[in-house]
Formats: sequence, C-alpha cells, structure tokens
Amino acid sequence: MAYPIAAVAMAFLVINAMVMTTALYTWFERRMLGRFQARLGPNRWGPFGLFQPFADVLKLIAKEDIIPDTADKPAFTVAPIMLLVPMFLVFAVIPLGTDSFLGKLNIGVLFIVGVTGVSSLAIFTAGWASRNKYAMFGAMRAVAMLISYEVPMALALTGVVILAGSMSLVGIVDAQSVPYLLVQPLGFFVFMTAAAAEMSRAPFDMIEAESELGGGYVTEYAGIKFAILQLAEFMAPIATAAVATVLFLGGTRGFDPIPGPVWFVAKAFVLVFLMLWIRATWPRLRVDQIMGFAWKALLPLALVNMFVVAIELVVLQDSETGALTSLDLWIMTAVNWVIAVAAIVVMANVLGQRRLRPETPVPSPLANMTAEAD
Amino acid sequence: MYGTGLAKGLTVTLKNLVLPGRFFTVHQYPNRRIGPMGLARMAGTNVVGYSLKNPGRAIKAVLGLVSVEDRDPRHPRFRGQEFNFYEQRCTGCASCAKYCPLGIIKIVTNRSGEAMQEGEKYGLEVFDIDIGRCMFCGLCVEACPYDALHMGSTFEEGDYRRRGLVIGIDRLRDAPKRPSTWFRPQFEARGYDPGSGEELPWQDAGRHEKPTTGEQSERWARR
Repeated sequence: MAYPIAAVAMAFLVINAMVMTTALYTWFERRMLGRFQARLGPNRWGPFGLFQPFADVLKLIAKEDIIPDTADKPAFTVAPIMLLVPMFLVFAVIPLGTDSFLGKLNIGVLFIVGVTGVSSLAIFTAGWASRNKYAMFGAMRAVAMLISYEVPMALALTGVVILAGSMSLVGIVDAQSVPYLLVQPLGFFVFMTAAAAEMSRAPFDMIEAESELGGGYVTEYAGIKFAILQLAEFMAPIATAAVATVLFLGGTRGFDPIPGPVWFVAKAFVLVFLMLWIRATWPRLRVDQIMGFAWKALLPLALVNMFVVAIELVVLQDSETGALTSLDLWIMTAVNWVIAVAAIVVMANVLGQRRLRPETPVPSPLANMTAEAD
Repeated sequence: MYGTGLAKGLTVTLKNLVLPGRFFTVHQYPNRRIGPMGLARMAGTNVVGYSLKNPGRAIKAVLGLVSVEDRDPRHPRFRGQEFNFYEQRCTGCASCAKYCPLGIIKIVTNRSGEAMQEGEKYGLEVFDIDIGRCMFCGLCVEACPYDALHMGSTFEEGDYRRRGLVIGIDRLRDAPKRPSTWFRPQFEARGYDPGSGEELPWQDAGRHEKPTTGEQSERWARR
C-alpha cells in the first residue's frame, strides 16, 4: 500500500513542479523575446510582469470551451491530453539527482524516443478532429515532419548509446567523464536541430505557421483545451533541454561545492536560452526546405557521427573489458571536432546550391541609357 | 562561407538583449521605470533625503520596481487624433471636405448665422470628422486656406463603438487647443510645442497677419 501512495505523491509533485516551471518559462520566453526585439515584453502584472502566466491561465479557463459542430468531439477532447502526457512521462526518467524520480528504467533513451513519438499522433488527432482545413494542413505537415526528424534524432541518440554502452539515463550520466557535447559535437548538433523540429519550434515551426495556417492544429481550440495545448508546447523546450542535458552535457556532473541538481538546472537553462535565442532570430523554413534538410543534411550527418563513433570505439576501447578511459574520450574529442567541422562545411557546400547563383552580376540593360539620353 | 549570415543574425539579437538602450530609443509607454535619483528629482529633494523620508519606495526603486507615468514621448509634429479646430478662423468653405480622399468630413453650413459681415463667412451647423476611417494623411489640414483646421496632438482616443469615433462640432469646440505643428511652420518658428500643455489662442494660429478693415477696403478699392 505504501508504494502506490508514494508513487502517486511523487508523480503529483513532479507534475505540479513541471506545470509551474512551464508557467514561469512562458513569462521568461515572452520577456526575453521582448528584449531580443528591443521591446519590453509583459510588464503590467506583478513585478516585471511575473504574474502574467497566471493571468493568462485564468483568462483561458474563464473562456467558453468551444467545440465546433462538425468536429469529432471525443478525439477533439482527447488530443490536448494526448499531447501533454508524453511531456510528463519524459520527466519520469530524467535523473535530476543521483537517480531518476519515478522510473529507473534501463532503457531510458528508448522510452523517451517512444513516448515523444506519441506527440505526432496527438497533433494529427487534433488537426483531424477539428474539421478545419488549416488545422488539417498543420496536422499533415506535422506528421510528415515529425516522422522525418525522428530518424536523424534516433541516429544521434544511437551515437550516445554506443559510446556510453548503456541505454539507462543514469548510466549515460555515469559514463560521461568528458561531456558528450565535446566528444561528439556532430551528434549534439543533429540532436538539437531535430529536437527543435520535433517540438515544432522556430526555425522549424511550420506546423503552427501563424502567418500561413493561422495556428495550424490549434486553430479551432479555445479555452482550457487551448491552454493545455499551449502548456504542452511550452513544456517541450524544457523537456528537450533536460534530455539534452542528460545525454550531452553530463547531467548532474560538475564541480564539488555546487550540488548536482543546481548543475543540472544551470545546464538545462543554457540550452533553453539557446533555443530561445534561435527562435528570436531565425526566420521559418519553407516546407520543402524542411523536408530536404531532414533527409539530405541531417540524416547523412547523423550517419557520419554514428559510424565515426563506432569505429573509434572499436579502435580505442579496452579489448578485455570494453571500457573507455578519459584519455580515450579526449582523443575522440580531438578527432570528432575536426570531422564535425569538415562534415558540416562539406554538407553546406553540397546543399548550398552555389552553382545556381550567377558568378558575375548581370549588367542592367538600362546601365548605358544615361549617355544616350543626354 | 555558408552559415555566417545565421551567426550575424544571432549577434544582432544578442546586442539587443544585452544593450537595448545603447542601440534603440525605447520609450517605456505608458509607464517609465525610474531609479532612486529620478524619484528624488521628481520629489524635488536629493537622494539621501528622499530615502530617509520614504525608505520603502527608495528600496523598491533600487530594485527597479518603481515606475511613473510617461505618456508624452512624442514629437511636436505628431499627427494625433482629435483634430484641432478654430471656429473663429473657419469660413465654412469646405475645402477640407473636398480634399479628403476618404470623404469622411461632413460640413453643413447656413448663411452666416452669427452677426457677421455679409460675405465674410458661413455659419457652421454640422462639422463631423469620422476618425474611425481617417488615415491621418493631413490633406485637409494642408487644404485649409485660413489655418482653421490643424492636426491634433492627443492620442489614446479608443472607443467601443464606431459612432463614438465621429468627432462632432461640439467636441471640436470644447477640446483644448493644442494643435500639432505638422504642416504649420509658423508654430515651429515660434517654438510652440503642444506637449508642453500650453494652449494656442486662435489669433496666433494663422500664417499671415489678419488684415485690418482699412487694409481690406483699400484692397477692394484697388480692384
């Protein structure tokens, strides 16, 4: 009896902590976007506008919960929950301290990949149930894009897994005597790019594409369902940052006087800020550019990363125990940075279509008009 | 080199983040954050005296939590809502209505209702400007031959209904006379600023001196 009560209490704690963090993160994101664009951002409600998320939530809860007449009502209702639950499930396996909160899975990475895959189903359900062409467009784009980007993301994760020799997130953290950001920069690049597409954030946010689709799959949602969709959407960067912190930045590892959770939060915060910075700066890609980028650029880069890591592992690891020393990791770091830069430059030049640009500027036919006109 | 443009964009936004005031003039409308020095200057004392008198507000100001109203960050030539209208200068010629590209000015006149000289001016019955459709091009102001109509200097005139945005003659009469200096070089030459709160009487609004009756009769005699 004690175990279920403890589990429910722990789950309650984690879910509420995540919701509060997300609420504060919405404030942070809007405020920082304002600063990035030389605005102020929300500043009316509470010190520095800190109570803005609560005002937003109250407003959304107070609004009428509209379901369109022609909508598929059960699916329309279930879709927001389907989108939100995977985000919570991701946090069940994140080792915020020396151990995970809820589930000490030995297949944590697989669990995360599988659980976040549900979100594409949820987005498609939301778009389909809305019976709205823009929502449907958003849903179709979402399915095409999310499935495409699952592939390079999973391959990037494979690099981490074969290097750590474990699929458990705790095991991966333990194996990182050198952060894997340094050991496989290419994998980190591919993972962060694919993750940005997975959670449909700028510059890959064509699922929502406010200027083209009027919000995509959220077009028909209002009231508390819209609030839940937004909650899931804003929780995604935090979940991604947490996963990337575990996989590439060494999780709770750090110097001694500062405790592990603080290190974890600080690293995740840096990643969140990076995603925010990119969102504030880069414009959205076109549909064909996004799909091409996944299959032509990210997939080869992820494969290069995986093969390089695998070959280095075979060459460097101890033939008896299969263990890697810190020195081995540093050697891999040196090699992999060179390979990463070379691979990205080559890929950019192959994909960059430099051939299609005219070599010399074509003179205007009107260039010599002035002499004749006089 | 591919990708340099992306990095350049990132540096631009990072500059905004780190030093917004260095690169842009950000007006913190409608409230402006204020520090302890500014608070003390507004209260007319020095910082030490102010913080001794109300320590709570001084501490809040140090933390950056105090803000004061700041609703006048505008240029004197700002083309505001609430047109500035001098009935004493208006002859009812309806040039403004003719020049308005949207046709939103409505004028109904009678034959000099006031005890005016015959032929000097018409009396105004209706003078409606539908601000809800106005694009503030200022052509009516340019067209006015007697400098009776000027752009206003106010803003924040929002309303819930369209008919509340129709400025009638009573509202134009009663509004404070603070014309914008847009297309009125004579105001700028005098150094008039509507933001200072000073009202401008109708006698001073013209481009030319008003001719005396003697000058007028002389001019008419020369014809």
